[in-house]
Amino acid sequence: MSETTFQPAVIEMSAARIGALRDTLLTVIEGVNWSVASGEFWVVAGRQHSGKSDLLLHAGGLITPASGSCRVFGCETKNFGEAQIAERLRIGFVFAGGNLFNQLTIAENVALPLRYQRNAPLAEVARVVEELMELLELAPYADNTPANLSANWRQRAALARALVLQPELLLLDNPLGGLDGRHRHWLLKFLEQLWSGHKYFGGRPMTLVVTTDDLRVWRHPQRKYAVLEEKIFSVLGAWREVESARTPAAKELLAEPVETTI
Amino acid sequence: MRGDLAKAFELANTQVFRRATLSKSYTDLIGRKLFLAILTIRGLGAFALITLGVMLNKFSVARSVMQPRVRHEISRAGVALLPMFLFIALALGFLVIGQTVSALAKVGATNYLGSTMVIVIVRELGPLLTAVLVLARVGTANVIELGTARALGEVEALEALGIDPVHYLIVPRVIGMALGIFALTVYLIIGALGSGYLFAFLQDVPMGPGDYFKQIAEALNWLDFALLALKTVAFGFFIAIVTCYHGLAQPLRLEDVSRVAVRAVTQGVIVCVLVDAVFIVLYLVT
Repeated sequence: MSETTFQPAVIEMSAARIGALRDTLLTVIEGVNWSVASGEFWVVAGRQHSGKSDLLLHAGGLITPASGSCRVFGCETKNFGEAQIAERLRIGFVFAGGNLFNQLTIAENVALPLRYQRNAPLAEVARVVEELMELLELAPYADNTPANLSANWRQRAALARALVLQPELLLLDNPLGGLDGRHRHWLLKFLEQLWSGHKYFGGRPMTLVVTTDDLRVWRHPQRKYAVLEEKIFSVLGAWREVESARTPAAKELLAEPVETTI
Repeated sequence: MRGDLAKAFELANTQVFRRATLSKSYTDLIGRKLFLAILTIRGLGAFALITLGVMLNKFSVARSVMQPRVRHEISRAGVALLPMFLFIALALGFLVIGQTVSALAKVGATNYLGSTMVIVIVRELGPLLTAVLVLARVGTANVIELGTARALGEVEALEALGIDPVHYLIVPRVIGMALGIFALTVYLIIGALGSGYLFAFLQDVPMGPGDYFKQIAEALNWLDFALLALKTVAFGFFIAIVTCYHGLAQPLRLEDVSRVAVRAVTQGVIVCVLVDAVFIVLYLVT
């Protein structure tokens, strides 16, 4: 991925103070300096409640930093409004747990962005949604509402909804959280395909940022890593830097989970 | 979008005050309540202006998505409530109008029947009763639905998809409730006047249906129709604003939803009474 390093930054944070979604007065991360180039795959790790989700919400332009700067595709997120809707639609966001619309079926959830933003004819929307749901193996659950699906399929439906507008940047908040082994394996493989350029999306490599509380499953020599600890965002770099990191958080996030038996 | 909402909600971000320690004196308590009330009024005002702005600016945005949503809300706040309102109209006619007609007939004051009916039913009881019933039935559902959606992160999900939550969630509810209350009020008035006469007829009141409805028609003027339409639409607009504001702005956790629903209904009743008072002044002035 070295050829992509000279492209303009997709996400650029400079001295950004990250506030919490539920309490904007609370600072969860101080002074974030971070640059994500096009085509990169970033893994941001941190313990629970370390501010991973809030950081990702800032990166997606859904919250603006209390101070400092956050630019996405060169556009300051403080200025995100109706005029910058094109920039916003270049970002796909997959929330932890999916955050699907509970009143709509899975197919309606996936179709909504396409119908709202593109105002596409119903037949075309139905075709695109059907293809995407086939790709993500969601077709049998098209008419189910989110409450009737397991967390595994809800997460996959959320991914389909984020991908339906074919974003260039995909942000995933703890995507493996609550998934069983089979779904974890599928998702890791699928994200790898998106990163290297999935044929469904015209072979165009996607920029990915994921958050996690377990670094081991994301091990890859070409990915980049950052760690959140004690309100500090630290860019570690490649995997070998992660392994040699001495911080308690990095060690903990690399450690085997503690076995619990009754 | 989030910026606009944030500005509105920031005005009424009362969490800081709600978390404050218990008041040590009555003056503290009154002061805090007054301050909260002012912040809420400012927040509601800002939210109403934002909603109006979005309604005007995004009138033709995503029509294929919005039109079914508007139709659904009209059905929910209007058509679905029709059976209940027919029952209420019958009850209102039997309990209030029938007795009024009988009493007026006993004292030989049937000449005042038309004006009494217009003042009691057309101007006051019909619109206000409809507004309060719709607030209780649909307004509460609004707060709970929006509060739950907010608590489950659906609002953030809409924003992530570039969909304005006010446009998608609030505008259909405002339109649906305004049109629903207008239509239900008309049905309630017609039903109540009809059943009222039926009750009076059963009590052998010496008045033909022709005389009864003629008196009512003569007591009505164009202003009654115009102000009735304006009043019911205003009721619908403000009830939707109050309930949606509390549903969308305040609760961030599921456990807050029920508490906020109670607060929204209380404020909705207060708003209805205030709007009604404004229209009474208008009736008196014109």
